[in-house]
Parts: sequence; C-alpha cells; structure tokens
Amino acid sequence: MGADDKTPRDIHRDMATTMYDRSEGAATVRPEGLAPAEARQSGPQATIAPKVTVSAERIDIAAETMALSGEPGAGALVTFSGFCRDEDGRLSALELEHYPGMAEQEIGKIAEEAAQRWPLIAVRAAHRYGKIAPGEEIVFVACSSRHRGAAFEAASFIMDFMKTKAPFWKREHLKDGSVGGWVESKATDEAAEDRWHRI
Amino acid sequence: MKLSYFAWVRERIGVADEEVALPAGVATVADLLGWLKGRGENYEFALQAPEIIRVAIDQEHVDHSEPLAGAKEVALFPPMTGG
Repeated sequence: MGADDKTPRDIHRDMATTMYDRSEGAATVRPEGLAPAEARQSGPQATIAPKVTVSAERIDIAAETMALSGEPGAGALVTFSGFCRDEDGRLSALELEHYPGMAEQEIGKIAEEAAQRWPLIAVRAAHRYGKIAPGEEIVFVACSSRHRGAAFEAASFIMDFMKTKAPFWKREHLKDGSVGGWVESKATDEAAEDRWHRI
Repeated sequence: MKLSYFAWVRERIGVADEEVALPAGVATVADLLGWLKGRGENYEFALQAPEIIRVAIDQEHVDHSEPLAGAKEVALFPPMTGG
C-alpha cells in the first residue's frame, strides 16, 4: 500500500502507533517508510551533545522541559529541579560562589560521562550562581532516553557528581540581615557519588 | 604561577588570587600547601587542615600527590557544596 492511498483508518492507526512508539511498550506495527526503532537504535547512539549552562539568570524550568520534549524516539524524559530552601524561615538567600570556566567544564564532563554510560538521547544541565532567594531554582538536570530506566539513573548520576565535583560553594544569608556560614559538605553526598563507582 | 582561592579559603587568606614564585623543593600539591601554610597567620588559618583542601590544576581536580610542574593556575578550595 502506498502512502497516497491510505484510508482515514490507516492514518489514525499511524498516528496512534507513532504516539504509542514513544512509550515503554513500543508497538511492532509501524507506518510504512519509517525505519523500525530497533534499527534506528542499533550501533552507536546518535546522542545530542550535552548542553550545559552556568549563569546567574533564572532557569525557565517549563521552557527547558519543553525544549527536550517531542524528540522522536525518546520514550522518557526525566527532569530534576533543585531549589533554595528557607531552612524553616531562617534564610533570606543562598549565595553561590563558583569557579568560572571550571564549573562549566566539570558539569560538561559529568554530562558526557552520563552519555557514555547510558543510551541517552538528550542531556541538559543548568546551574546558577550568585544570590538565590528561597523558592528559586538553583539547578536543573534533564535526561531523555528511549526507556525510563536510563533517564532516571543518568539524571541521578549527574546530580550526585554535580554536588561533589562541580566547583560551587553555598553560603547562607540570614533573615536578620547577617551573613551566615558556608554550607558544609555532607558525607551523604560523598556516599551518593561513591556508589556509582561500584556499579 | 597563579594561585586562586575560593569560598572560605579565599576569605581566610584574604585575596582571591595571587602570583607566586615557588621556592626550590616545592614539587607537589602537598608541598605547596605546606609552604603556603608557613607564609602567615591568614594562610595558617585557611590551611590548618590541609587534608580537607581540594585542589585543581589548570581547572582539573587533582590529588595532593600531583606534581606542580607545568601548572599555570592552581586553585585551592573547600569541598564543594553546589547542586
């Protein structure tokens, strides 16, 4: 059957198949003319180069999420957004110092490493510096993949490494106007990173 | 060689960066930390527990055993707390 003599029912089936193809249990029936997903996936992954941003500007989480949505072949998009807490009303802001140049480079390396370890279709990482008010976003990570497992794991991996390897330091600004201390690194963050060396 | 300091290491030393000429015998990161520590109270305060200081040479993380030969910029900072 050629593409020109499709019935409305065929067209509807094609659309439904295309949509279904984006979820976990991909259908085996596909519109003619499209390569099977398995063929498109074989060989080295056509991974989109990770996009990394380090900026003082707000991160538009909705726009970033939409930018990674709709990628054909991606059945899963996992996003993580990290926010500034007010620590039960104690904080007026967090101030993030960073090492310009190295910060972008380290996050880039972490994202590349994730793209090597998992079959990702797209990777996005954004980290802010400067003064950040409670409720504002600090960090955003998104990974898309054919299936959700890789996307979940890769996003988690990137966050764990970003916490311990990306050169950023948090300092508290308190509600009473004073500048509090530097946030201490947590052993739990080191442990979270370390587990990836053992799997 | 350029030295850069961040977060409380920067605050305690009192400058963000400086140019230094290394004396003979300062060959590794550990040697550098030891030498800096003896340069004054501010350095002593910043580097009193040298084992927790993180170091990057030319923007790459390194261990304290790393040789300094060829390094253009060495950065000293506390464990990172981003994310």
